[in-house]
Amino acid sequence: MAHLTYTESKSKARTIIIILAIITLFEVFFALLGKGHISENIHFPLVITAGVMIILSLVKAYLIVYEFMHMKYEVPGLVKSVILPTLLLVWAVIAFFYEGNGWNKSRNNLLDKYNSPAQEAPAGDVGYLSDEIYRIG
Amino acid sequence: MADTNTLENVDHSTDHGHDHHEESATWDGAGTPFKASYGKLMMWYFLLSDAFTFAGFLIAYGTLRVSMNTWPVPDFVFSTFPGGGHDMPLYFVTVMTFILLASSFTMVRAVQEGHQENQKGVVFWMLLTILGGIAFLGCQAWEWNTLINGEHVTITKNPFSAHTESGVYLEGDGLEGTPMHKIKAGDTFEVGESYLIHKHNGEWENLKYKVTEGPNTGMVKTQEFGPKAFGALFFFITGFHGFHVFSGIVFLIIIMINAASGLYIRRKNGYEMVEKIGLYWHFVDLVWVFVFLVFYLL
Repeated sequence: MAHLTYTESKSKARTIIIILAIITLFEVFFALLGKGHISENIHFPLVITAGVMIILSLVKAYLIVYEFMHMKYEVPGLVKSVILPTLLLVWAVIAFFYEGNGWNKSRNNLLDKYNSPAQEAPAGDVGYLSDEIYRIG
Repeated sequence: MADTNTLENVDHSTDHGHDHHEESATWDGAGTPFKASYGKLMMWYFLLSDAFTFAGFLIAYGTLRVSMNTWPVPDFVFSTFPGGGHDMPLYFVTVMTFILLASSFTMVRAVQEGHQENQKGVVFWMLLTILGGIAFLGCQAWEWNTLINGEHVTITKNPFSAHTESGVYLEGDGLEGTPMHKIKAGDTFEVGESYLIHKHNGEWENLKYKVTEGPNTGMVKTQEFGPKAFGALFFFITGFHGFHVFSGIVFLIIIMINAASGLYIRRKNGYEMVEKIGLYWHFVDLVWVFVFLVFYLL
């Protein structure tokens, strides 16, 4: 914008779009490679493929916001007022994935209970419910 | 009289240090806070709020996905290509991504021509952007049509899933001779292998299989439907994004017509309206980066 001449910004836009295209191609290639579509012998654990692709997507997001949307050339106050609130999403991701994991555990607990044979009534302590029945989760 | 003087003094003291206020400042932010016009600033904050809406949707997808023991594998679900292509994992959606990226580039060019006050250039690059948006929506329509009419995914029924146990099929899918044919009787499969339940003459055909590993070895089971949330999440999230693309196209057309009519020449502000719709259009591309990541890559 204000800091670049017309020709400079034109060639810059061209460079950025080429970088974005290369990152996208690499992401797809890496996703297919990690899942064994390119060679049957290669499989990457999910942590690696997911990690690489999340980082690359964040790089793409940075390039789009800072270059295409000109965030790089705005005053610091505007940048902060838009970027800082999105940091709340970091916690949202952590909290909801923790929760989803919890749902997964309860689902499997219920499945286990449903599939295991019915237990006989425990002897002794009649009238009390044992700790085992009271257990949560 | 004394009161007015005091007020004026206060005004001067707060204005001190603001070199850029054009109008008489009524607050510390001066006429144009952050040196951006009202419209541009509000576009940024609208996009921020929209980002939270999309993030909410995508986080819901992730949460439900980790809560399930099985989930449709994207490179199995999205492996068709127009013209009868099969077993082409993610090819089509990569094409869609490139179309949207290209339209983002043409949008950048339109904004740059606007800063040069080049009316013809603005209209030309905006037209290309609109065509890119329409092409993207066309691709999405094809993808939805394949899922709804070809594979019978709905918001309450999801025939795509993956096995949670190893086993051997006791019957085939009866699709010999068609590109959809994948399973013969006697085929073995491992944990995590994908399947699609087919519909023949309006009847679902869940295939029978025998478990060959784990505590249920020897049991005969039938293929179960996948998590039903998948269809609802897919159609709502990509639909919400598609609706953003659609409304973006509508606004682009309006602003292109205004630019062509010479309205923005008279405003003499470097085609700021084009810059604002440009922000919106790049945001749609930005959201697609994450939809692409969450639905297709992971």
